[in-house]
Amino acid sequence: MIHEFFQLLSGWSSLDTAIAGSAALTAMSCSLPGAWLVLRKHSMMGDALSHTALPGVVLAFLFSISMKQAGWVSAAQEDAFLQLFLFVGAVVVGVGTAWLTEWVQRLGRLEGSASLGVVFTAVFALGLLLIRLDVDNVHLDVDCVLFGIIETAALQKVPGTSIPEPVLVNGAIFLANLLLVVLFYKELKISAFDPGLATSLGIPARGIHYGLMAVTAVTVVAAFTTVGSILVIGLLIIPTATALLLSERLSVVLALSVCLAAISAALGHALTLTVPRMLFSRLGYPTIEDAGTAGMMSVTAGLLFLMALILAPGQGLISKLIHRLRLGLKISGDDILGVLFRFEEKTAMRPIDISVPALVARQNGMRPWMVSLSVRRLLRRDLVTRQTSGELVLTDRGRESAKSLIRAHRLWEAYMSKHFELPDDHLHETAHRVEHFIDDDIQERLQSELNAPTKDPHGKRIPELSDS
Amino acid sequence: MIWDVDYDAPAGKLIAIVGPNGAGKSTLIKATLDLVPKVSGDVRVFGQPYEEQRTRVAYVPQRTSVDWDFPVSAQDVVAMGLYKKIGWCRPVTRRWRIEAREALDRVGLADFSRRQISQLSGGQQQRVFLARALVQRADLYLMDEPFAGVDAATERAILQVLRDLRSTGKTALVVHHDLQTVADYFDHVLLLNMRLVASGPTAEVFTEENLRRTYGGRLALLDQVGTRLAEGQ
Repeated sequence: MIHEFFQLLSGWSSLDTAIAGSAALTAMSCSLPGAWLVLRKHSMMGDALSHTALPGVVLAFLFSISMKQAGWVSAAQEDAFLQLFLFVGAVVVGVGTAWLTEWVQRLGRLEGSASLGVVFTAVFALGLLLIRLDVDNVHLDVDCVLFGIIETAALQKVPGTSIPEPVLVNGAIFLANLLLVVLFYKELKISAFDPGLATSLGIPARGIHYGLMAVTAVTVVAAFTTVGSILVIGLLIIPTATALLLSERLSVVLALSVCLAAISAALGHALTLTVPRMLFSRLGYPTIEDAGTAGMMSVTAGLLFLMALILAPGQGLISKLIHRLRLGLKISGDDILGVLFRFEEKTAMRPIDISVPALVARQNGMRPWMVSLSVRRLLRRDLVTRQTSGELVLTDRGRESAKSLIRAHRLWEAYMSKHFELPDDHLHETAHRVEHFIDDDIQERLQSELNAPTKDPHGKRIPELSDS
Repeated sequence: MIWDVDYDAPAGKLIAIVGPNGAGKSTLIKATLDLVPKVSGDVRVFGQPYEEQRTRVAYVPQRTSVDWDFPVSAQDVVAMGLYKKIGWCRPVTRRWRIEAREALDRVGLADFSRRQISQLSGGQQQRVFLARALVQRADLYLMDEPFAGVDAATERAILQVLRDLRSTGKTALVVHHDLQTVADYFDHVLLLNMRLVASGPTAEVFTEENLRRTYGGRLALLDQVGTRLAEGQ
């Protein structure tokens, strides 16, 4: 199967490079403004902008066409004017959407996401109507606007060169965004983290908000021809969502977002060439050979997010599972030491031994495999030893460790009995749960607050740390 | 919403702003900083409009006003207090980072400068905010509930900082909720409940009679007219 994968990939042509490059630059250009939207908790603003941009795009087309029809510009100039109108339209849309949602929110007494919903669906529908009204003049395919056609977009070359048009356009946008982020890094950071502080310092947080919206809208409009208005939302949000799982440093998060965006795009196109053919030929549809690169990009970005969710150090599912398992082992190890210590205490015999099955029987609700794992851990740490008959005995180190645990348990019981109105037989349960988390420092403080008690509420001796 | 607060803060003093929930304590501070609109009235800082005196004022917002999962370190947050001074488009260089670390040292967090803010305790987060205000080297400090829900170590650290500020002739206006400690911590007090109830030296103003007037329920009519006024705007 891997062989088949690489065999299919060996058909990679210069067109594939053009497509992957266009896709990567589009994704990279989106990831930068998208990162700030996510950090400001304005992710849905990306959704709104990608929809409200539609009437802006349609109007830009209409204007440039009517200028040509009126004879004001030549056919050669038309494209330049179209680009200019698209740019201006996007800026207006960006600032307008931000302003309109705030206005609807205040006047309509709606919560933020509701007013976004009102504004962006209404304005988007207006765009669809505009297409319908002047359908003869607007050579806009709704499907193209929604989903983009990266494959044909990459075929368009910049006049006089062999550079694909999206590479130039989206590459320029990416560089512009990068420059803006580098220049205004501090200002973006402070107005995202604490707009109130920014304003009180005299840094115009609102202005920066509107600026970010305008930049996002321009980026989104430029991405329309390659990925369309729906999938672009994924490109804005997913790379940063993934990066935030992997790092807690802002500069690293931004750099990772750009890298992840590029990887999603390139990998997405590679998967487009291979996975559908491999999948569908097995399902009995050998004629299906391809899938849209734009869609596969978002799927890949989603898969990378899922991988980060599972594998991320610290925050990932696996490292959380390992942490839980470690804690479980510590607790059950502690419990075993406690059992041995209490046994010694009750029988006044030292050392006393206990067999592993007997331990399991005493540890209610603890799984036998956990017990045997914990026993192995205790043996390795030289806290218990195993006698030739197979039974366990506390070592001196183990006894010290157990003493601290029992001390924590009984001090806590004494503390609860002093401060809580509880019958004495209710104390053990809670103390048993918290004893693992009471370190020497807290023991010290409990000790001094309770005036160094020697007995717990049940009359059992609270062992001192230094006694032997 | 607060009404007709007419108050001259004496310079070089620690002043508590005291009042029940919804009395407008935070609003008063935010109105001073132009963060909320004023229907009427004006605020003068050292005799001049706030815009002209920005650099002489530092603000410590409520800890809950920001997202502490934001991917920055304690030192980054403190350095934010310097952003205006550093200027547009310029990076935070070594010199500013040292200044930020010194401020963290003053609040007892020297060892935490590289720590991510999400990994700090509530009290430590509050001290980071305080350090961010200190780094501004202002003459007037406006603090919104800096003592709310903090541990004993933080409470001591904040108090020490406040006293240091006073000894160098600075003024601090502090929204405070713990009536037990007002007399110990503050020289002046401002009693607020949607309007100014009383103000002056703590010994004279912080009386049982004045507290009863401050905490004696909301003025229902004031509330109602206020709502209508807001709707009419």
